[in-house]
Amino acid sequence: MIDTNIHLHRWPFRRLALDNSEALVQKLKQLGVTEAWAGSYDALFHRDVAAVNRRLTEECSRHPLLKPFGTVNPSLPDWEDDLRRCAEEHEMPGVRLYPNYHGFELSDFRFRRLLKLAAERGMVVQIAVMMEEERTQHPLVRLPHVNTAPLVDLLKEEPAARVMLQNCFRAVRGGLLLKLVATEQVWFDTSTIEGMAGIGRLLKQIPVKRLVLGSHAPLYIPESSILKLRESELAPQQLDAIRLGNAQDLR
Amino acid sequence: MNRRQFAQATAVASGAMLLPRHSAGALDGETEIWDAHVHLGRTGTAPADHAASLLKTARRMGITKINIAMGLTPHLRSPKPTEFRRKNDELMAALDAHREHTLGILYVNPLFLKESLAEIDRCLRHPQIIGIKLWIACRCNDPRLDPIVDRVTAYHGTIHQHVWDKTVPNYEGESYPENLAELALRHPRSRFIAMHSGGTWERGIRALRATENVSAEVSGSEPVSGFVDMAVRELGDHRVIWGSDAGGRSFASQLSKVYEADLSVAARQRIFRDNFKAQVDRALAFKER
Repeated sequence: MIDTNIHLHRWPFRRLALDNSEALVQKLKQLGVTEAWAGSYDALFHRDVAAVNRRLTEECSRHPLLKPFGTVNPSLPDWEDDLRRCAEEHEMPGVRLYPNYHGFELSDFRFRRLLKLAAERGMVVQIAVMMEEERTQHPLVRLPHVNTAPLVDLLKEEPAARVMLQNCFRAVRGGLLLKLVATEQVWFDTSTIEGMAGIGRLLKQIPVKRLVLGSHAPLYIPESSILKLRESELAPQQLDAIRLGNAQDLR
Repeated sequence: MNRRQFAQATAVASGAMLLPRHSAGALDGETEIWDAHVHLGRTGTAPADHAASLLKTARRMGITKINIAMGLTPHLRSPKPTEFRRKNDELMAALDAHREHTLGILYVNPLFLKESLAEIDRCLRHPQIIGIKLWIACRCNDPRLDPIVDRVTAYHGTIHQHVWDKTVPNYEGESYPENLAELALRHPRSRFIAMHSGGTWERGIRALRATENVSAEVSGSEPVSGFVDMAVRELGDHRVIWGSDAGGRSFASQLSKVYEADLSVAARQRIFRDNFKAQVDRALAFKER
C-alpha cells in the first residue's frame, strides 16, 4: 500500500501525535503502508528550501518506507536549481508545491515553466490544494484554496506533465473536477473525500485510475483514509488500484 | 489497553478492514458504537430509504444505532412552523421504518416559540424521539431559548445545539461555543450536547470547559489529529460524545478521531456510546412513566 501524501517535521500550528518520523513510520506500517511519499512541513514557511529538502532527504534515508518529495517554491530566486537538486542530487520521483503558502497562482508563468521542467525530468508534480480547511485556519494565516482551473489548459501544452492534487475535494468538484479528469494528466488523493461512502460515490463520477491513497498524515489521522476504503463497497480491483497500482504507475 | 496495544489492535483491524464486508460490531472488536449525529439525505427519496442507506453503511463501519437529526435536506436555516413540522414528519417516517436501530431529535425554531413548544409536545410522544436539535435560526444565548430548554428538560430530553467558531465568518444566527456555555449556565439542571464542539475545537473545548452540564460532541470537522485527546484531557472522557454528521460526512473520517486517541477501552466505550446512551436512557425512561 502506498500513501502518497504524508509530511515529516513539525506542523506550524499544533503538536501532532505522530509528528516524529519514528512514530509516524511505525503507525503507517501497522496500517499496512509499505511506501509513503513525504514532504516537509518546514517547507510551508522556510525560505531556505534547499536546506528543507536536504533535511527531508536525510530523514527519509533513515526509513526505507519513506520517499522524499522535495519542495520547489517558484516565487524564490533560482528556484530552478532546487528542482535540479531534487532530481539529480536527491533522486526524488517528484516535487510538492504549496501555491497558497508561497503566493503564486497556477496561471503564473513560473509555474508553467516548472511544470515543463518537471515533465522533462519525468517528475510528478504534487500540488497541495489546501493544508487546513478554511474554517479552522489560524486567523493570521488565512489562505484560500488553490485555484486549479488553469491546469486544464496548461496541461494541453505540456502533455508529458503529471500532476497530483492533494487535499483537493473541498475545492475541486463538479465541472472543474470532470475537466481535470478529462486531461488524463491529473491524479487525486483520497485524504479529503468526504460524505458517507464517499469513495464509492466519487467513482461514479471519475475513473478509478485517477485516485490514489493519500492520508495527509500526520495532520490528518491516517486511519481516516484507510477506513474510507472500508466504508465504500469497492471491488478488489478498485481497492488494488487506489491502494497501490495507480501510485506505482505514477512514480 | 494503552495506545501501543490499541495500535496493534488497529493494525489487525486495518488489515482486516479492507476485506470483510459485513463484520458486526466496532472495528476495534471491543466497543459498541452509537452515532449521536446523522442526517437524512435530499428531498426526492423517501426518508425510510435514506435511513436504510445510512444504517447499511453504518453497520459496515461497526455502528449499531444512529440518532437522526432534522428532516430531509436541504436544511432550512429558519423554518416556519409548517416547514419544521414537515421536517419532523419526515424524521418520524424514517424512525418508524427502522424502530430497532434509530433514534431521532426533532427540529424547532426559537423564533416561533409557541409553535415550537407545541411541536416539542407533539414529537416527544414518539417512542424514538429523545430530544431536540437547534441550528442557526438565532444564537443560542437568546432568551427565547429558555422556554424551549425548560420544556425539553421537563421531558428529560436531550438538547443538541450546533456550535461553530469559524475563522471565516459564522452564519448569521450561528452560535459560538461561548453562547452555549452562557445558555447552560442559565439552566444548570439541563444537559446540553455541543454539536461539533465549535469545529475549531482548540477554542471550542476551552469555551465549554467550565460548564459541566455541556458535553462535547466531536462530529463534522476534518479528521485532524488531536481533537479527542484534547477534549478528554480538558473535559474528562465523561463529557465527550461521538457523532459523525453523516451522510454529509464520512463515518470513517469521524471514527478515526476516536481511534487515534490515547484512551482505555472503557474511555473509548464511554465516548462511542455510554455518555450519549445515559442521556437517551433518561429520555426513554421518562416516556415509560
